[in-house]
Amino acid sequence: MRNQFAKSIFEISKKDKRVHVVVADISPAGKMKDFQKKFPKRFINTGVAEQSMIGMAAGLAMNKKKVFAYTISTFSLYRPFEMIRVDLCYQNLPVCVVGMGAGTIYANLGATHLTQEDISVARSIPNLNVVCPSDPYELDQAVRYFCKSSKGPMYLRIGKTGEPNYNFRETELWKFGKLRKIKKGKDLCFLSFGPIMKMVLSISRKLEAVNRSSEIYSCHTLKPFDNIRLKKIFNNFKNIVILEDHSHIGGLSSIVKQLAYENNYSGKIHSYSLKDEFLHSYSNQNDLLKKHGLDEIKIINQLKKI
Amino acid sequence: MKKNLNSLERCKNYRKKILHLSQKVSALHIGGSFSSVEIIDAIFNNLKKKNDKFILSKGHAGILQYVVLNDHGLISDKSLFNYCTKDGILGVHPDYGNPGIEASTGSLGHGLAIAAGLAYSDKKKDIYVLLSDGELQEGSVWEASLLISSLKINNIVIVIDNNGLQSSTWAKDTHPTLNPIQKKFSSFGWESKTCNGHKSLEIINKIKQRSKKKPFALIANTYKGYPISFMKNHPIWHYRSPTKKEYLKALKELG
Repeated sequence: MRNQFAKSIFEISKKDKRVHVVVADISPAGKMKDFQKKFPKRFINTGVAEQSMIGMAAGLAMNKKKVFAYTISTFSLYRPFEMIRVDLCYQNLPVCVVGMGAGTIYANLGATHLTQEDISVARSIPNLNVVCPSDPYELDQAVRYFCKSSKGPMYLRIGKTGEPNYNFRETELWKFGKLRKIKKGKDLCFLSFGPIMKMVLSISRKLEAVNRSSEIYSCHTLKPFDNIRLKKIFNNFKNIVILEDHSHIGGLSSIVKQLAYENNYSGKIHSYSLKDEFLHSYSNQNDLLKKHGLDEIKIINQLKKI
Repeated sequence: MKKNLNSLERCKNYRKKILHLSQKVSALHIGGSFSSVEIIDAIFNNLKKKNDKFILSKGHAGILQYVVLNDHGLISDKSLFNYCTKDGILGVHPDYGNPGIEASTGSLGHGLAIAAGLAYSDKKKDIYVLLSDGELQEGSVWEASLLISSLKINNIVIVIDNNGLQSSTWAKDTHPTLNPIQKKFSSFGWESKTCNGHKSLEIINKIKQRSKKKPFALIANTYKGYPISFMKNHPIWHYRSPTKKEYLKALKELG
């Protein structure tokens, strides 16, 4: 996704002179390096100074620039939190705060580099849209949407490397604020977002082998949320499965459960989210996810029993 | 704006207007507004060109900015009169989108980085920022200072209202090492000067005489509550409004 982000920015910037990228000590590589070379004045590295990254992005946006403030997710959202709240959201400025390597991606670096509660934090700030692409295609669309249409701030939560595009015959196009059907099915409905969609697809394939067909939706826009489509899902499915690389507090499972209550949903919601704990586990992402209960084999076994 | 007035008369009028408004509300920050009067007067009436911008990073002096903007015809008498009322648009702290307000401030340490973005993307304009000395305890101020000089954003002028007092106590009590401020900015790559912050001509001349080869920081030594005898240098006047008796006394002192 990191590469796709740079590629999208580079392509859009050729035509849209408003686009500026402010990074906090991210070394530009690939297309981002090309962007820096071609548009040196529109690439600003504030160094290890995230508060300045956001404040400066606000000032640029006041002068009608379309600004991406870009660094590792924990440093893009948590460190300069008050600047995001006041400078960007209170003033309602079009700045896209890009959190790269979100969730548990940087597992072995420890909790200083993890964002297991960022969506919860970001969703609670007025004016801030929250977008979490599931594949590089969605990321490209989100970046284009922001440059073309966004009048306020956005938190764009992205992965890092190795995410595939999902492209079945029935896969829908990306639209801001709308759920995107990835795959058709009838027994179960999966809701997810972000790079962990890869696990959802894998689980779905394995369930198909035992004749359980599943529909899959990418909930890429977590704020504003597509309540209308979710209502249709409530009507069509008795079992909804949520997988998210985020705490159970304030993320997708919170959103869906709240709406299920408000809509008198009588089916079952099976949610797999991160625990509300710092687990002090330092091997790879899969191991950490397993400790949080996101264990592919266990999930398959549980879902087989439905 | 009454153009025929000199800075002494203008500043007296600004203070009087703040005193009048003080009788309507309790949260006024009168001390920190009075210490900044000559600085804001100099910026708005002598230094700032039409398209230049001003950010009140010490947002708690919002009422002073409103009074000056009212003098310039940007804020109506009605809006000013409705300060902090349910029918009004003006709160204690400046709110971006209100006439003449370039940034929402109130939380200290935000104005300078915003100014960096504004100044970077429009080098033809000068961006003026007013900070308080207490605000210099915020790490974000030094983060932004280092960045501004490193990026050679030289169209920024900051003035520090060095009244020595913060909300609760003397700045030198919590931070005995805050001084010397001028040297700190010089070592951060800024051109920096000090002046008497109640002498309009000194403020104007120091800023006009800057080299423009570096960002510029003026340390304006002031008194909180100046020039009212019973307010000057008393921490209590950070926040409270004068009683009727104190109001009349203050008016009399202003003459």
